[in-house]
Amino acid sequence: MKRTPIYGLLAEFDSPSDLVAAAHKTYAAGYKKIDAYSPFPIEELAEAIGFHHNYVPLVVLIGGILGCAGGYLMQWWIATVSYPVNIGGRPFHSWPAFIVVTFEMTILCAVLAAVFGMLALNGLPMPYHPVFNVPRFAFATKGRFFLIVFSSDPMYNSMATRDFLQSLGPRSISEVPS
Amino acid sequence: MDERTEQMTANRAPVIEPGHTFATVTDKISSIVLTRPTSNGWLIGFGLCFLITMVLLYAIGYLFVRGVGIWGIDIPVGWGFAIVNFVWWIGIGHAGTLISAILLLLRQSWRNSINRFAEAMTLFAVACAGMFPVLHLGRPWLAYWLFPYPNTMNYWPQFRSPLVWDVFAVSTYATTSALFWFVGLIPDLATLRDRSENPWARMIYGILAMGWRGSARHWSRYETAYLLLAGLATPLVLSVHTVVSFDFAIGIVPGWHTTIFPPYFVAGAIYSGFAMVLMLAIPIRKFYGLEDFITARHLENSAKVMLATGLIVAYGYGIEAFMGWYSGNRYDSYLLWNRLHGPYSFFYYMLLSCNIFIPQLLWIRKLRTSPLGLFVISGVILVGMWLERFIIVVVSLQRDFLTSSFGMYYPTRWDWATYIGTIGFFIACMFLFLRVLPAISIFEMRTLLPEAEVKPE
Repeated sequence: MKRTPIYGLLAEFDSPSDLVAAAHKTYAAGYKKIDAYSPFPIEELAEAIGFHHNYVPLVVLIGGILGCAGGYLMQWWIATVSYPVNIGGRPFHSWPAFIVVTFEMTILCAVLAAVFGMLALNGLPMPYHPVFNVPRFAFATKGRFFLIVFSSDPMYNSMATRDFLQSLGPRSISEVPS
Repeated sequence: MDERTEQMTANRAPVIEPGHTFATVTDKISSIVLTRPTSNGWLIGFGLCFLITMVLLYAIGYLFVRGVGIWGIDIPVGWGFAIVNFVWWIGIGHAGTLISAILLLLRQSWRNSINRFAEAMTLFAVACAGMFPVLHLGRPWLAYWLFPYPNTMNYWPQFRSPLVWDVFAVSTYATTSALFWFVGLIPDLATLRDRSENPWARMIYGILAMGWRGSARHWSRYETAYLLLAGLATPLVLSVHTVVSFDFAIGIVPGWHTTIFPPYFVAGAIYSGFAMVLMLAIPIRKFYGLEDFITARHLENSAKVMLATGLIVAYGYGIEAFMGWYSGNRYDSYLLWNRLHGPYSFFYYMLLSCNIFIPQLLWIRKLRTSPLGLFVISGVILVGMWLERFIIVVVSLQRDFLTSSFGMYYPTRWDWATYIGTIGFFIACMFLFLRVLPAISIFEMRTLLPEAEVKPE
């Protein structure tokens, strides 16, 4: 029988406090390629697995700046270059009238950047992922908490890592086939 | 916190009834969609609203054939029901964004159990609102001319016009509301994917959940994005009704040309929006047994928001009347006289009663926690806010600067069919939403539970 390569070891916990404590200990023990799964956002958890900042705010800022500049330049170009209309002798470049659309374009582009930037940075959509092979993982979207040590971690050793995870007091440990 | 406030906080109804765990919250909310059989009440309610939607379709079809002449609009009242309903619907939508974005930023965690369906309400209300200006165009099939795109006519929209601003404000608002709602749904769609027994349902929820697995890295980016979306939606929602009010305020028509319009429109929007939230929440919590999650606290808080925004609206009416008198402008004073004594004065007094006098009953605490009482008052407020837009649009236009161009506006059956049709469409959408998506945000409810707290090691 051919053995499937292993993606990682998945430990299951009962409460968010147990998971955060376990994640802290695992990170402190030197495992760096780890991840944790929870049914709701836990602020401390990302910190515990050593994920301190993300690039979503930068993406949103860039989106907002592009929307703002693009929106204003579009109106300026239309009103002065492409389609100048003389209304009662008012200047073609009547900037106060362009503020509203500039603002809306800023928001629109920042929102699009926030949503699609977040999805892209998260690598979603990704319908298949090895952790879904573990039947118990279905509880990760209900009320259970999971910690995984990826087999790509240099410290990973199927026996030693299992023993280490066992010492954290999980409810169960499963091997994740990739 | 002093003793008195502490006691008052203890006396208040909880945001979520005690005794719930991650599993019970998940089961209770997802079972409405996954296991509960489709009830006869749902079928009858949806069927009725579907029929009314068909009336809307018929009215729109006839409009496409005959043109806007089938409506009661004429000169001088060219704006009629279409604009009244547009402003009414878009205002209703505002409460959803207020609840989901502004209350999130203010850390009002009680919002977690009502934000999902309030956002759905926003989306459907904006859909109803968006129909009206397009139908009012006369040639609705050319509605895309409103957007700037390179074309063979070498023509561009006029960016100095508030009507073009409105196109941008409303379409940005619709896009943002839809995305905000969808982002909030992703983790719950994953829950439904993992819990549904039906393979088709699992596949559809699976596609929509996009492989969400609740990784800590994902949650971190998700929370940042969600917070930023809330931060972006907050100025946006304030800007949308401001821009809607510019449609009027930039014009020189007496009754429209006033600087009080933007704040007073925004307050009125939130006022009517919360009334609609209550009119939806009260039956939903009753029929689906969700009193544990949508508690007396939610009803009371919404009633307080209505009371506060209602007073801002009352201030707006007061200033309008005061400026009509104080400006000394004969057209402005005539408008005030026309509102009080003209042919539509009955509706002005109705408006004052529905929006100012009757809602003062909300000062009574017993009423603020009574579902039936709130349901009735919310209905009254929705009627009042509709009348407000009717007064603003019709009464300002019907007596023009010259007596030779005075006129009356009478809505036709097609006006009514279109208006009532959108109400049917809106409620039919709500019925479908309740049946196929979780009406309460499951993952945000989990965070409210005491066991969600991370205890220090």
